[in-house]
Amino acid sequence: MKYRVAVVESGEAFLCAREEHLLQGMQSFRVGTPLLQAIPVGCRGGGCGVCRIRVLSGDYETRKMSRKHIAAEDQARGIVLACRVSPRSDLHIQVLSPPAPSCTLEGTQ
Amino acid sequence: MRKGVMRPGHIQIRVLDLDEALVHYRDRIGLIEVGRDNQNRAYLKGWTEIDRFSVVLREADEPGLDFMAWKVTTPDVLAERKQELIEYGCEVEVIPAGELDGCGERVRFNSPTGHYFELFAEKEQTGKWGIGERNPEAWPEALKGMRATRFDHCLLYGDDIDGTVDLLQKVLGFQLAEQVVDSENGNLRMAAFLTVSMKAHDVAFVRHPEKGKLHHSSYYLESWNDLLRAADLISMHDIPLDIGPTRHGLTHGQTIYFFDPSGNRTEVFAGGDYTYPDHPVVTWDAAQLGKAIFYHDRSLNQNFLGVVT
Repeated sequence: MKYRVAVVESGEAFLCAREEHLLQGMQSFRVGTPLLQAIPVGCRGGGCGVCRIRVLSGDYETRKMSRKHIAAEDQARGIVLACRVSPRSDLHIQVLSPPAPSCTLEGTQ
Repeated sequence: MRKGVMRPGHIQIRVLDLDEALVHYRDRIGLIEVGRDNQNRAYLKGWTEIDRFSVVLREADEPGLDFMAWKVTTPDVLAERKQELIEYGCEVEVIPAGELDGCGERVRFNSPTGHYFELFAEKEQTGKWGIGERNPEAWPEALKGMRATRFDHCLLYGDDIDGTVDLLQKVLGFQLAEQVVDSENGNLRMAAFLTVSMKAHDVAFVRHPEKGKLHHSSYYLESWNDLLRAADLISMHDIPLDIGPTRHGLTHGQTIYFFDPSGNRTEVFAGGDYTYPDHPVVTWDAAQLGKAIFYHDRSLNQNFLGVVT
């Protein structure tokens, strides 16, 4: 069973199976469909916070995520890490994390 | 000048799920699980390491590094370094013997990059795993996964790397083996690779706005062939890969970066340059950072800079 996951800002969408997390769905190859980079991909273990999203509608299950990046009150409002979310219905999501980590080493301010 | 600090002793890593973490560190990387304590922390070691443990996993709500520890030669050296840490201005805490099973008294101190380090002189010596000390065979047959031989080093991210480098050099006798400097920005040091041994690095630091971050913990393999075999295992078990197998410019070691199930980056590492105390510091220009980190691709993957725990 695959569900449709739509990214509201860009209108991009991908399919994701129940047993996959959203990044696995996003990165699955489908003939005739361009590869998506809608959600930044980091550690894929709920640790680094790069793939932070908000689920606007739909049902999903989550696995444990770093409390540094997802506070309990955030999680209650649908803010989650995409690498720890599996769909249980079609989803509408919003990407919250910055587009990509900066490629310049930052000096001490 | 060396000051009696011998080698990396142990690292304590926070994980989101202990059982999943054990599959990664024990069954995939191939460390030996040597026990659990009354806080339900899991203890592991590489098979060639003679002390009882070198890696401790603690289940928590946030992954990352609790602390990294160094073994010193004698209890007298431990007392001397502790006094010098206090005089240097560090916050120093003494952790009693036995708080980690089989480990003697530990001297814990904070650093300018926000990482906690420890020194200890004594730990139960159980010997290499699976082979004896008399007429030893080459390796034990019962190893799992990537068959890592030892916990080798860490790369840590933090803001005041000059401060931590100064502390480790002056008080603990570390040698700066390699560095990355930005010659277009007042020779600002962007990265520092430090050793207390002949290894190219026992710990390294990269400048980063946030204190106390873990970029990776690294486990030693003997050869490039072992690295390719490790890469096969990463694919067989669908482990999130960061990059590799490839070679670093810094240290010239061979590497694979991949993630544990809590998002802590791990590395298997082979080869690497050697460093004697009279070796000059090797310097990489920040403009060459891509080649310094990934010698073949010669470009950074963005995750190298932004994905840490």
